Amino acid sequence: MNLFTLSWKNIWHKPFNALLSLSLLALGVGLIALLLLLNRQIQAQFERNLAGIDLVIGAKGSPLQLILSSMYHIDAPTGNISIEEARPFLNPRHPLIETAIPLSLGDSHRGYRIVGTTPGFLELYALQVAEGRLWEKPMEVVAGRAVAEALGLKVGSRFRSSHGFVEDENLVHEDAQAFEVVGILEPSGSVADQLLLCDAQSVWLVHDHEEEATAAEEEHAHGPDEQHHGHEAEPNARPDQPSGRMALLAHPEQDITALLIRFKGRSYQALNMQRAINENTNMQAATPAIEINRLYNILGGWLDALQILAYVIIGVSALSVFVSLYSSLRERRYELAIMRVGGATPRTLFLLIVMEGLLLAVLGWLLGIALSHLAMEVIAGRMEADYRYSFSGLVFLPQEWWLLGAALGIGLLAAVIPAIRASQTDISETLAEG
Amino acid sequence: MLHTSDLTYTYRRGEPLRFPDLHCAAGEQWLLLGQSGTGKTTLLHLLGGLRSPQRGSVEVAGVALGSLSRARLDHFRGQKIGIIFQTPHFVRALSVGENLALTQRLAGLPVDRNRIRELLDHLNIAHKLHSKTDRLSAGEQQRVAIARALINKPAVLLADEPTSALDDHNCERVIELIERQASEEGATLLVVTHDNRLKDQFEHHIYLEA
Repeated sequence: MNLFTLSWKNIWHKPFNALLSLSLLALGVGLIALLLLLNRQIQAQFERNLAGIDLVIGAKGSPLQLILSSMYHIDAPTGNISIEEARPFLNPRHPLIETAIPLSLGDSHRGYRIVGTTPGFLELYALQVAEGRLWEKPMEVVAGRAVAEALGLKVGSRFRSSHGFVEDENLVHEDAQAFEVVGILEPSGSVADQLLLCDAQSVWLVHDHEEEATAAEEEHAHGPDEQHHGHEAEPNARPDQPSGRMALLAHPEQDITALLIRFKGRSYQALNMQRAINENTNMQAATPAIEINRLYNILGGWLDALQILAYVIIGVSALSVFVSLYSSLRERRYELAIMRVGGATPRTLFLLIVMEGLLLAVLGWLLGIALSHLAMEVIAGRMEADYRYSFSGLVFLPQEWWLLGAALGIGLLAAVIPAIRASQTDISETLAEG
Repeated sequence: MLHTSDLTYTYRRGEPLRFPDLHCAAGEQWLLLGQSGTGKTTLLHLLGGLRSPQRGSVEVAGVALGSLSRARLDHFRGQKIGIIFQTPHFVRALSVGENLALTQRLAGLPVDRNRIRELLDHLNIAHKLHSKTDRLSAGEQQRVAIARALINKPAVLLADEPTSALDDHNCERVIELIERQASEEGATLLVVTHDNRLKDQFEHHIYLEA
């Protein structure tokens, strides 16, 4: 029967008081920890996926939407741009541009986005093929690791894409050719894990076929039209460069969704290019870093408000610990006096009450941390379902240890006045009363 | 074993209380009788080192309480002095056994489970070892209080009005229990009371005058 056991039993002797203090503390600590976790994981996601991209070019509309849809794959695209318009930026001899990666979006398979692009996309995100090989001709697809795992795709699996980004059986392109999985990527932790990659032609094929299918209802016996033929023939015609940007330039009449640009260096002209595009063309150019900062600022306001709320809750929890310890002193004055009679020094009583405050603090912290990680796991599940983003409730931050320190500080602060009062118990007067 | 000399205590704005000198030898059993307001409880608290006199001295087991520092006094009391109060109070969060174990620990002694069981056995409440103290009857609580006062084998056992709330039958039983336990443990016993029923049970008497 040491002080620790005694303070533990004292806490649970009044379970409702303890539960009130504990839940308030857990709520406050949990909320702060959750905000830390969310903040860190969102930032990590955004930063990992910046991938050194300096500029994104796409259809006019909200620049944030353009960035979110083409870099983070969490919003609808702003529209399409024609290859003809994008031609200057696809030129490999462009003096300012190091890399320009075209993206064709619009289809998905069971909620996972299909991205028509060039092999340069893999370099952008430093992706490696783990199994199989890269796509070599249209309708061949390389699956990100998370997609492959979630849908059980293997090299050789075949599927039909569906229109749009939501999982809907009615939107499956039943008449179009099926995609064939030819490769699976190494996990990279980036958004690419959540994507199905193929060449741009594949996306056109699926859609041309759709148009053709409607047309075919009227002119049934026509068979595949010339354009279709052209696509099929395309890779065979250029076996050396099956799906590079030059291949795109051969189809100026087709559309792409966006271009991810990496500059050769940050120059004045490079900065000017964005303004020139926005002012002089039907396209828009947006800088990821600026848009993401804008997003942080919007989110930041909310996070700050929640954080203030969390501090208020922690303040109330400190008050609750204080009140429950202080008010218990009156009921416990006889037992405190009896302990003194039995040999306890004033210091012993002081330590006992402080220990009770600290114990509540540690328990509240433990509960709060557990709560925040549980919440994070739930959020991760929903994020994964809604946005195909991997978050985790199992990531722990060093700040959570600081929170323990803060909780202990609060426990101590709340306990110190009751503890001093307890240590000043006048044994003789108390016991003479009753 | 228990000696006082020239003991005086004055409450703020009160008349000074002067107490007769006590000389109780080891193993003796004394009854201190006095009406209300004669300072019985004050004297008991002075003897137990719960309060310090303005004048005079208390000597327990050869040690002058006034010569000890506050912390040393607390320790000394825990080991050498057992006190039974008029109303028994316990640490409510703890069971009977845990209360006794706590009393051993607070006195700086190791917890001795055999001693606890043995003592409770002697007092016929061993079956309440694991009960919370507020689940006990008044009589059982009184016996646990006796056990607690004796658990550390004190040199001196002080009892403050241990029988005032009891009927004749129980009064006799409790006082016999205290006397028997005190002599078994070899403790010098001093019972403070206004209860004249106890007169015949004690050989040594002191009277407090108002």
